[in-house]
Amino acid sequence: MRRLINRKPGRAAALGLGLLPFVLVVIAYLFGSHTRLQDNPADKLLPPPAVMVDAIERLALEPSKRSGQRLLWADTAASLQRLGLGVGLSAVLGLVFGVAIGVVPHIRATLGHFLVVLSMIPPLAVLPILFIVFGLGELSKVVLIVIGVAPFIMRDLAARVAELPRELMIKGQTLGASTWQIITRVVLPQLWPRLIHSVRLMLGPAWLFLIAAEAIAATDGLGYRIFLVRRYLAMDVILPYVAWITLLAFLFDWLLQKWARRAFPWAEPAP
Amino acid sequence: MKSFEVRNLWKEYGDQVVLERVHLALAGNEFVTIVGASGCGKTTFLKMLMGDEVPTRGELLLDGEPLPTEPGPDRGVVFQRYSVFPHLTALENVMLGLELRQAPLAGRLFGAARTAVREQAAQGLAAVGLQAALDKYPAQLSGGMQQRLAIAQAVIMRPRILLLDEPFGALDPGIRSDMHGLILDLWRQGDMGVFMITHDLHEGFELGTRLLVFDKVRDDPQAPEAYGATITFDIPLQRRPPPDVMEAVRRATAPAGAPS
Ligand SMILES: Nc1ncnc2c1ncn2[C@@H]1O[C@H](COP(=O)(O)OP(=O)(O)OP(=O)(O)O)[C@@H](O)[C@H]1O
Ligand SMILES: [Mg+2]
Repeated sequence: MRRLINRKPGRAAALGLGLLPFVLVVIAYLFGSHTRLQDNPADKLLPPPAVMVDAIERLALEPSKRSGQRLLWADTAASLQRLGLGVGLSAVLGLVFGVAIGVVPHIRATLGHFLVVLSMIPPLAVLPILFIVFGLGELSKVVLIVIGVAPFIMRDLAARVAELPRELMIKGQTLGASTWQIITRVVLPQLWPRLIHSVRLMLGPAWLFLIAAEAIAATDGLGYRIFLVRRYLAMDVILPYVAWITLLAFLFDWLLQKWARRAFPWAEPAP
Repeated sequence: MKSFEVRNLWKEYGDQVVLERVHLALAGNEFVTIVGASGCGKTTFLKMLMGDEVPTRGELLLDGEPLPTEPGPDRGVVFQRYSVFPHLTALENVMLGLELRQAPLAGRLFGAARTAVREQAAQGLAAVGLQAALDKYPAQLSGGMQQRLAIAQAVIMRPRILLLDEPFGALDPGIRSDMHGLILDLWRQGDMGVFMITHDLHEGFELGTRLLVFDKVRDDPQAPEAYGATITFDIPLQRRPPPDVMEAVRRATAPAGAPS
C-alpha cells in the first residue's frame, strides 16, 4: 500500500472530487429547504430554487418602479466601481511606497515602522471618521478600501523587494545601473507578479470593507441591497446576491491569476 | 608598476576577525585563483573588491586609486547562483548593461540603437555558445548555460576586473572543463584581471597565472574568532608547480580537524 501522500487522483477523479463539495452543499440546501417548507409553507428562511429564480429575474430584467433601473446591474456597477477604484488606488500606492521603502534605506528608516503601525489601525473603526470627513458619498467608501488594503500591499511589496537576492542588486550595479534604473529595470519588473498576487489576496478584505460601508451608508450597491432587503427577511434576494458576489470575487481572482501566468512566463506560478 | 594593490587589509565582523594583514600587488591583467578552507573569508575578500563590503582597515587600490565603495561597471561579477535576471531572456540579460549605459532615464533603447545593442549582445552570447538560446528565460536554461549567460553578461561591459565566486561550483566536472576553456579565452581577449574563488584545487592550479591561498597563520583554540585569515601562499603559475607545493597547499586548505 503506497503512502497517502503519494497517491494522487487522476484527471477525472480530481474533477469529480473538486465538484463533490459543491454538489453536497446544493443537495443539503434543497433537502433543508424542502423539509422546512413541508412543515411551514410560509417559511422564508430557505426559499426553493424557483422562488430565487423569480427574484433574480425581477431584479435583473425588470426596471424597478422607483428608479427605473434594473437593480441587480445597477447595484453591481456601483459596487464594482467603488471596488475598482479602491483596489486600483491601493495597488498604485502599494507599488510606489512598497518599492521606495524596499529599495531606499533612508525611506525604509523613515516610513518602515510608521507603516506597520498604520496597517494595525482597524479600518472599520475609522469608518465613522471617514463618513464625517469625506461625507456619505462615494469617496468615503473608496477611502475605506484604500485604508484597509493599501498598507498591506505596501508591506508585502516592501518585503518582496527585500527578498530579492542581494546578488541581483549587486549585479545590476556592476552593469552600471543607477538607483532609478535598478528600480525600473530590476525591481519593478520582478514585482509585477507579486503585486498581482498581493492584490488577489487583498480582494477578500476589499469586498468586506465595501459591503460594510455600503451597509451603513449608501443608496445603491450589492451590500446596500442585501442589508436593505434583510428587513423583509427576503432570503430569495439575499442568497442569490451572496452567490453573485462570490462568483464575481472568484472570477476576479481567476482572471488575475490567468493574467499573471500569461504576462510573466518567467515567474514561478503563484498558488 | 603593479596596477592592483592591497595594503594591510583587515575585515572584522563585530569581535570576529575574518581577514587580517592581507597584502597583495598584481599586474592588472592577471588571472588570480583563490583557494582556502570554507569560512576563511574568501567571499568576504571578493565582496570588498566588488564594493559590497568595506574593509575595517587597509586599502584597495586600482591604478593607484582607492576602489569605489559601491559596485560599478568597472568590476564585473559572477556568483555561484542568482547572477542573471530571471525576468529577462538570455538576450535581454546581456543587452541590459549596454542599454543602461546609453539610456540613463528610460533604461531601454528603441529603434536602430536597440538593434545595434541587440546585435552586440547576440555576438556576446554566441561567444559563450548560447546562440541557440537567445530568447529563453534563465529558468529554461541548464545550470551551465546560466553561468555562461552570467559570464557573457559581465564581460560585455568590458570590466577592468572580473570577480568570480565559485562560478562553476555547482556544475558537473565535464561541463566544468568546457567552462575553463571559455573563461580563459574571454580573459585573453578581454584585457582584464580575473579573481576567481574555487574549492577545486586542481582548477585553481590549472586556470590561473597566480594562486592565492587564504589561511590562518595564528590560531587560538580558546578564541577561534580572535585571529583572521591572510594570504599564506602567493604562487606564480607560469608553469605547473612542483608536487611538494601542491601538498603543502592541500594541507593548508584542508578543513580544520580533518585527517591529512
Ligand atoms: N555579513 C556577515 N556578518 C557576520 N559575519 C560574516 C558575514 N559575512 C561573513 N561572515 C563571516 O565571515 C567568515 C568568512 O565568510 P566567507 O563567506 O568570506 O567565507 P568563505 O571563505 O567564502 O567560505 P566558503 O568557502 O564556505 O564560501 C565566516 O566565518 C562568516 O561567518
Ligand atoms: Mg564563499
